[in-house]
Amino acid sequence: MAGIVGYGAYIPRKRIKAEEIARQWGRDAASIEKGLLLREKSVPGLDEDTITISVAAGRAALDRAGIDPQRVGALYIGSESHPYAVKPSGTIVVEALGVGPRVHVADFEFACKAGTEAMFVALGLVESGRVEYAMGIGADTSQGAPNDALEFSASAGGAAYLFGREALLADVLETYSYTTDTPDFWRREGEFYPRHGGRFTGEPAYFKHVLAASRGILEKTGLKPKDFRYAVFHMPNGKFPLNAGKTLGFTPQQMETGWLVPTMGNTYSGSSPTGLAAVLDVAAPDDLILITSFGSGAASDSFVLRATALLPERRGRARTVRSMLDHPTRYLTYGQYASYREKIILND
Amino acid sequence: MPSPRYWREVPSRFRLEAVRCRRCGKPSFPARTICPACRGTEFEQIGLTREGTVITSTVLHVAPDEFAMETPYAVAIVETPEGARLMAQLVDCEPSEVKPGLPVALEFRLIRQEGHGGILCYGHKAVPAGA
Ligand SMILES: [Zn+2]
Repeated sequence: MAGIVGYGAYIPRKRIKAEEIARQWGRDAASIEKGLLLREKSVPGLDEDTITISVAAGRAALDRAGIDPQRVGALYIGSESHPYAVKPSGTIVVEALGVGPRVHVADFEFACKAGTEAMFVALGLVESGRVEYAMGIGADTSQGAPNDALEFSASAGGAAYLFGREALLADVLETYSYTTDTPDFWRREGEFYPRHGGRFTGEPAYFKHVLAASRGILEKTGLKPKDFRYAVFHMPNGKFPLNAGKTLGFTPQQMETGWLVPTMGNTYSGSSPTGLAAVLDVAAPDDLILITSFGSGAASDSFVLRATALLPERRGRARTVRSMLDHPTRYLTYGQYASYREKIILND
Repeated sequence: MPSPRYWREVPSRFRLEAVRCRRCGKPSFPARTICPACRGTEFEQIGLTREGTVITSTVLHVAPDEFAMETPYAVAIVETPEGARLMAQLVDCEPSEVKPGLPVALEFRLIRQEGHGGILCYGHKAVPAGA
């Protein structure tokens, strides 16, 4: 059986509080914190992007797996903030990880679902025997337009998963995908910030796909919500994943470990994969884990995983998600944040 | 135009690949063809550990234009456990925290952009260990 042989995450160390953004625009911080359940979010440095986040997460995944990077036969990065419009992120990441040049590499895009998409394809190639090991990464440094609701949530971070067939840290028991054409969120070529359909992003987009994929995988596996120790749902804000989980019959206790959004923000392609990494940081052998992503456009990927006895031995080889999330080095003012996110345009 | 020099230096910039002199054991980073210590010409390939200790440092208050948004920032000579030394910018810390003896981790970061439309150059920067 194929599964996860290594995993790693990275969250930039700078933060901005929701109340600091709210103050800038004369909005009520308390209603945003209560309405969206967002307190603060990660902010990348000027020297951090999808590529550097992918390298940090990928190195942690290789450290936990303890394998020769030359045995990795495929590497995929899902992101909606690849630094180059034309030139893959993956080529830089494989060079930095010491993978290749005998490796298949591609950059994936599917709004916030691109990370689990990369994981899905990497897993399939390992299961088929086409490659010995394959890595799927989800990472983003997403932007919200100034004073848009997304500005309170769009943040930076990511996670990497290395798949193989031996010495598994978690078995992948099943996968399920659910996709329809839904124009809930988009960014046309050349536009700087994405546009979204406001309330249209809720019921017909996020909930429809997350619920359908999660119900689909439960039916396919014959498992019930109570059989799981942990559940992770894509986190565009604090409320959506908790409401989706509740509708499906999951308890807050099953969701709290992977529910990172109140202090991390929405890391887009890195969101549910980083939530899963936080779960693997603490899961016990035989714990069952459900993860369901969501990407606008729209689709969800679900995975059912079971932690192995090897997981507790290996996780100490790299930093945990909580250790990164709970120790920010600096809180930014809105002015500092605007310059870090290059919202201030300078002449060349 | 992307610089050919940057591309040639990818193994040392991206993977911290170095060499150790077979005659006197001195590590060189980036790789050299003649050992600066003993003039030896035979080397073994080594990969540097992504951690080290600050040997000496300075704080830049006036920087080249492209780094102007980052001032003030610290730059340090960092020694890895293999004994190799490299110059690295310190990030995710206050410049005043950077002192000789500070343990650091080396992280993969964007170093510079070749103008607005040019290539992105990556390499390693240092952050205080455990940050
Ligand atoms: Zn020598």
